[in-house]
Amino acid sequence: MIGLPLISLALWLPLVGALALLFLPKEQPQLARTVALVFGFVTLVIAVVAAALFDRSAPGFQMIDAFDWIPGLGIRYAVSLDGVSIWFFLLAALLTPVAQLASGAFIQRDVRGFQALLLALEFSVLGTFVAQDMFLFYIFFELTLVPTALLIGRWGGEQRVKAATQFFLYNFGASLFMLVAMIGLYLTHAAQTGLATGDIAVLIDSVATGKLSLDTTMARLLFGGFFIAFAVKMPLWPFHTWLPLAHAEATDDGSIDILGLLQKTGGYGLIRFAVQLLPAATAWAAPAVGVLAVISILYGAVAAYAQRDIKRVLAYSTVSHMGFAMLGIFAMNALGITGAITMMLASGLATGALFLVSAAIVARRGTRDVKQLGGLWLPAPILGGLALTAVFGSIGLPGLMGFAGEFTVMQGTWTSSALGPAYIIVGVIGVILAAAYLLTMFRRVFMGELRPANEGFTDLTGREIALLGALVALVVIIGIYPNMVFAPMQATLQQIASGVSQALALK
Amino acid sequence: MSEKLPLPLFENIGVVLPMAIAFGWAIILLVIDLFVADKRAVGWLAVLGLAASAVAAIIQPTGTEGTFLNAESRAPMIGLDPFAQGIVLVALGVAIITVLLALEYLPRQGIERGEFYPLVMLATGAIMLLAQGQDLIALFLGLELLSIILYILAGFAHARVASEEAAIKYLIFGGFATGFLVFAIALIYGATGKSSLGEIAAASALPTFTASDNLLLLIGIGLLIVGFGYKVSMAPFHMWTPDVYEGSPTPVTAFMSVAVKAGAFAALARLLVFAFGAQAAVWLPILAITAALTMLAGNIGAVVQTNVKRMLAYSSVGHAGYILLGVIGAGATAANRELGLQSVVFYLVTYALSNMAAFGVLIALERRGEAAWSLDDLSGLFGRSPWLATAMTLAMLSLAGVPLTAGFVGKLYVFSAVWSGGLGWLTLIGVATSAISAFFYLRVILRMFTSEPSREVQTFTGTGLRVALVVAAVGILLVGVLPGLVVSFVQHGGVALGL
Repeated sequence: MIGLPLISLALWLPLVGALALLFLPKEQPQLARTVALVFGFVTLVIAVVAAALFDRSAPGFQMIDAFDWIPGLGIRYAVSLDGVSIWFFLLAALLTPVAQLASGAFIQRDVRGFQALLLALEFSVLGTFVAQDMFLFYIFFELTLVPTALLIGRWGGEQRVKAATQFFLYNFGASLFMLVAMIGLYLTHAAQTGLATGDIAVLIDSVATGKLSLDTTMARLLFGGFFIAFAVKMPLWPFHTWLPLAHAEATDDGSIDILGLLQKTGGYGLIRFAVQLLPAATAWAAPAVGVLAVISILYGAVAAYAQRDIKRVLAYSTVSHMGFAMLGIFAMNALGITGAITMMLASGLATGALFLVSAAIVARRGTRDVKQLGGLWLPAPILGGLALTAVFGSIGLPGLMGFAGEFTVMQGTWTSSALGPAYIIVGVIGVILAAAYLLTMFRRVFMGELRPANEGFTDLTGREIALLGALVALVVIIGIYPNMVFAPMQATLQQIASGVSQALALK
Repeated sequence: MSEKLPLPLFENIGVVLPMAIAFGWAIILLVIDLFVADKRAVGWLAVLGLAASAVAAIIQPTGTEGTFLNAESRAPMIGLDPFAQGIVLVALGVAIITVLLALEYLPRQGIERGEFYPLVMLATGAIMLLAQGQDLIALFLGLELLSIILYILAGFAHARVASEEAAIKYLIFGGFATGFLVFAIALIYGATGKSSLGEIAAASALPTFTASDNLLLLIGIGLLIVGFGYKVSMAPFHMWTPDVYEGSPTPVTAFMSVAVKAGAFAALARLLVFAFGAQAAVWLPILAITAALTMLAGNIGAVVQTNVKRMLAYSSVGHAGYILLGVIGAGATAANRELGLQSVVFYLVTYALSNMAAFGVLIALERRGEAAWSLDDLSGLFGRSPWLATAMTLAMLSLAGVPLTAGFVGKLYVFSAVWSGGLGWLTLIGVATSAISAFFYLRVILRMFTSEPSREVQTFTGTGLRVALVVAAVGILLVGVLPGLVVSFVQHGGVALGL
């Protein structure tokens, strides 16, 4: 380690950037874009350096920066990385500059405010992944809502205000139940061990060593509080209804990638708070959640098939993806969680790439309706080629990243004592359906005759190729060599898995 | 007590010094007002007096009691513990902001009169009496003094019918409340023969305390809750709130919604927790159900409002419910008392900052004869006056309890207090109503940022208003990001600040 609080740096730099933007002159949009991009890019560099210094062989939290924040209540500012959070942390740091570049000249109205909100959103998402104190986690988790609601509400499509309101209310309301669960956990822990703390590492340790023993009903209630918040965020059927509207009404540029990141905070939270902190209650709920996850996989796929709007197709496809991730998490073994994390990363990259494709099409044609498109491969072969790769990555074609995730989730679920083969036998239908709806969308947009309305459609510019190409390249590279994603998390996941079996044995 | 000593009736003057400054300076100011043409100067002098009082309150070591001794039993009538100190400072802070808000508001409305500022100071003194009172008589004095001044303040814009209506409504409901309270005090005194809170608790614990006395005491407590229920707008005694809040001059509404609540809650909490702790088994369930009703009534009532001032009135009912959670937490178990009382003070600090900012923005939109309080008038405010919109956004986020604003830590505190008191179901209702409240707070924010202005609304900002808004908005962020200082203050009083 090089003595610098790298994680704090990467975390706070975007906020500094957002505030700095407010002091720039309002009428120079290009300057605002450049400054914002510099902040986003430097944050990415720092995040990559932090990840490079991460000790892959050590389980648990590393590179901790901490100080007492509210000493009177035992709440600390503590940020760190472990094998679970490191990849989400990198993904968020990567997608922000991509979103900034993709937004480009698309947003004309109040560019300064838009870029500031993007950076503020990056700050809150990064914070969610690195917070090591549960109250700090809650703060960042909720903080994501404010910039997102404003981004949708101010720059979105026609129904933007409705979408922003629905998005905020769903997520805010659901998270409050998590707050209750946190208060309960915090107070119970304080009463049983005499230590009032929100530190996740301490809480996990207390659970593992049996210092904290919740009675069954209490543990299940607490689990319920956490579960509602994360299930809405992921989102799991039937809590998903905010998502298609929010995704469809968000801005048409590629900055929507970041919306996808919010879903990942849900999956991440489940690993942390359900599997790690409340293993017994999680195992108890696993069969029921597994059923919901399978329904999500199938429902998302079927609903996606019925959509004409590219962004809606993609929105529902993420519901399907997150269903797989949910199965992996509730398998509660190292394999399943490895797969779930990979699945979420793959969804972030591949769906993110497809959102860029959608942005490129909207920028040229002004519509996302697949019925008005068609034959775009002829004028835009590069766009078509990259889009097809991303589609295959999203479907889970072997050799691409989505497959690495899905396959590992299947293995994990099959061998899991909490779930079992039945779930995956039904869930696998979702993979077939994914091929159906994504390829159908691809066929309608890119294949066939070129309509007269689409004459003059131009191929990607150099910058668009670089952005889209970068995301697609990652999907391919990680797909070919998934171990580069798997390896750093194994130490932590083995520890989680042994913690789970230990806690279940204690019961 | 047997020996009649010619003891001084008060000792340890420092405990009442803050109150004495407020009352004394108010009287002097009334006289000064006669000779000063510029009423604004009177306002600034009032700020000075209130600030002096605040300094006196901070430097006074807490834990001291025993001023204005009860002549009969020599029990203290007025004291200063960290709880009282916190409430006193909240009241003073709110009073200062109220005066700042009124500085340009009164002349713009054509109701500028110098006595406004001394009246605010007197009301603040009364709230301090409520916070520090340790005796039924002291508490009743404080409450009545406060109410009478508020009747005047509510009708201060008396050319306007709405203001007169507000004053009359408040008077009638206030009269009812007083009736309940007097009767309650009579019953309690009749049952225990004591008026000092500590002695009441001791008397009711004696083995000689009979069942019939106990019945009287319980009825007294019930009436007490009703009486205070009116004052803090607790459901189902909150019906007057929207009309009175809407009709009163806006700075007065701001003052009523926070400072008056602070005083009444302080007295209610002190009575229930310190005098009637032994009867908690009876009053706690009643209060818990009332708190649930209050949170529901306030937050559901606010959903349908399109008049922002009225919406804030309903929201203040909802927040009364959250403060009540802290009181309930304090009363639930003896071990939980400190946590509960701390959470009440902390919540009041956060609520004061948020509400003052919100009302400040409304004042900036209000001019004579035409109030721009509808949601439509807020449309596109961000484009017209970004700073006002930012202040309003912070206020709304804080009232909703979004993290990194003061309101979040406040909610965390009261929710913890009531959960730790063993009433987890109330925490759940609190959470559910918070979720509902997000709807109407968010609606204001989205209106300001996303819509186009529907009509031209002029905004007025003067020095006083600007200072008030900056203080409140920065306070919301500061307490939200670095709550540690306020937390240690409510835990240990002024000592924590190194004084």
